[in-house]
Amino acid sequence: MSDAPVLRMESVRKTFGDSVVLRDVDLEVAPHTVTALIGASGSGKSTLLRCANLLEEIDDGAIWLDDEEITDPRVDQDAVRRRIGVVFQAYNLFPHMTVLDNITLAPRRVHGVSREEAEARARELLERLGLGEKADAYPDRLSGGQQQRVAIARALAVRPRLLLFDEITAALDPELVGEVLTVVRDLKDDGMTMVLATHEMGFARDVADQVCFLDSGVVLERGTAEQVFGDPQQERTQRFLRRIVEAGRL
Amino acid sequence: MTLVKDDSGRGSADDEGDMPGRDDTYVPSQRRLDRERHKRVRARRATAIAALSTLVTAAVLYVVVVSAPGWQRTKETFFDAHYAREAFPKVLEGLWLNVRLLLIVGALVLVLGMLIAIARTLRGPVFFPLRVLAAAYTDFFRGLPLIINLMIVIFGVPALRLQGVTVDPVLLGGTALTLTYSAYVAEVFRAGIESVHPSQRAAARSLGLTNRQALRHVILPQAVRRQVPPLLNDLVSLQKDTGLVSIGGAIDAVRASDIIAQRSLNYTPYIVAGLVFVALTIPMTRFTDWVTARMDRRRAQGGAL
Repeated sequence: MSDAPVLRMESVRKTFGDSVVLRDVDLEVAPHTVTALIGASGSGKSTLLRCANLLEEIDDGAIWLDDEEITDPRVDQDAVRRRIGVVFQAYNLFPHMTVLDNITLAPRRVHGVSREEAEARARELLERLGLGEKADAYPDRLSGGQQQRVAIARALAVRPRLLLFDEITAALDPELVGEVLTVVRDLKDDGMTMVLATHEMGFARDVADQVCFLDSGVVLERGTAEQVFGDPQQERTQRFLRRIVEAGRL
Repeated sequence: MTLVKDDSGRGSADDEGDMPGRDDTYVPSQRRLDRERHKRVRARRATAIAALSTLVTAAVLYVVVVSAPGWQRTKETFFDAHYAREAFPKVLEGLWLNVRLLLIVGALVLVLGMLIAIARTLRGPVFFPLRVLAAAYTDFFRGLPLIINLMIVIFGVPALRLQGVTVDPVLLGGTALTLTYSAYVAEVFRAGIESVHPSQRAAARSLGLTNRQALRHVILPQAVRRQVPPLLNDLVSLQKDTGLVSIGGAIDAVRASDIIAQRSLNYTPYIVAGLVFVALTIPMTRFTDWVTARMDRRRAQGGAL
């Protein structure tokens, strides 16, 4: 039972108008593993994550979270989302709330946790992420890296079963990327199950148990990091990785 | 100019260790001093030009008005000290009605406007009739001239002779004002709701908040904050329009001046009433400006708000 995948996708298809964004996508994410989705912009990585969290409705196929089919229309979508944490590229913190209120909103309003308990947990998370003294600050007073770490704390506050990271370092200045990636590494050590869409190839190679290369909405190649980065089979994967190396990103 | 002042004032602050300290050996360069002297000269010249041009404009206006052929007559009819003294207390008495109307109608308008705006943004098939009703309501009452709305309600409702329904022109006039203004305010709120970026809703929903919780805790607080300036603007406008309930015979500031004017055939009371309204509105418009400026400053500091 413990080996049953946390997230499973089968033949998922998603279109926006005439363009097919995801085509027959299969994916399995085992517990306590990290899956990295790589591929060019527009290859469908972000859409895949949004579908997994039901922020987008899929056209065909099915998605399971812990053996429950979450794409069944009878499923309570809010209940599903409570079990999945998402961190966005643009942080999406709530600008009218302090850091502490950002983090305690969902535990208090959705999970019915008392204010004291929620705040205690939030402070503990902030402390762990090196933001202990920022609890009462507003998001616009924080650097990008700090904001993104708050966003991670906000996602963690509801103790999710699965974390989805959507290009979480793409909007950050290079010197701030490290502090966010360190957090992700720590989460992996804690055994958190994560799926991350990323352009940080070096990081994906280090941290991912499974790497999927998406190309035009298809998972063209998948395997361990050594397989995909070390010995790519597909011509398109090779070309993509070559471009990354030429750009000095790997 | 201010730069210079700041610096001279800061010299002493430096000694107290108020500043990061390292600056205390800093001596402004000749270049900076020249630049600041030039700015000072320019600022002084600008002030002088502004003062002169104001004076000239005032003088021209004065001469034009006073030398007008009908000035003597106008002065007697519109600016008579005797009638002004007579009208002032009566107008103030009437103004109390305007103020009460503003407070009560203003509160109702904010609540009703918010409800209509929310109704218009509700999703889901169950809410279809509510959405349509809300849309029809705003379309109708934003299009209907206020004065016609007032006449229909103030004269039309009593004509129905319904049991238990008031014929009080103040209550009816207040109702008409509420109907029209909540349509305006609903649109202001709706614009605010729609101006909140969809990613905020996505973030809220991804945390497991229901649509309603997302609206209440994430969308509405941001929407309302952004719309404070236009809302205050509508309230200023409402403040003046409370004077229109006088068409039903209620004695507000406008009607009070009207009574005296009709009797004396002197229009000074109208001027008094007008000035009283302006005096009442100015604090509110200044307050609006202040709030707007404060929010712009916040935004300029790089906040997403």
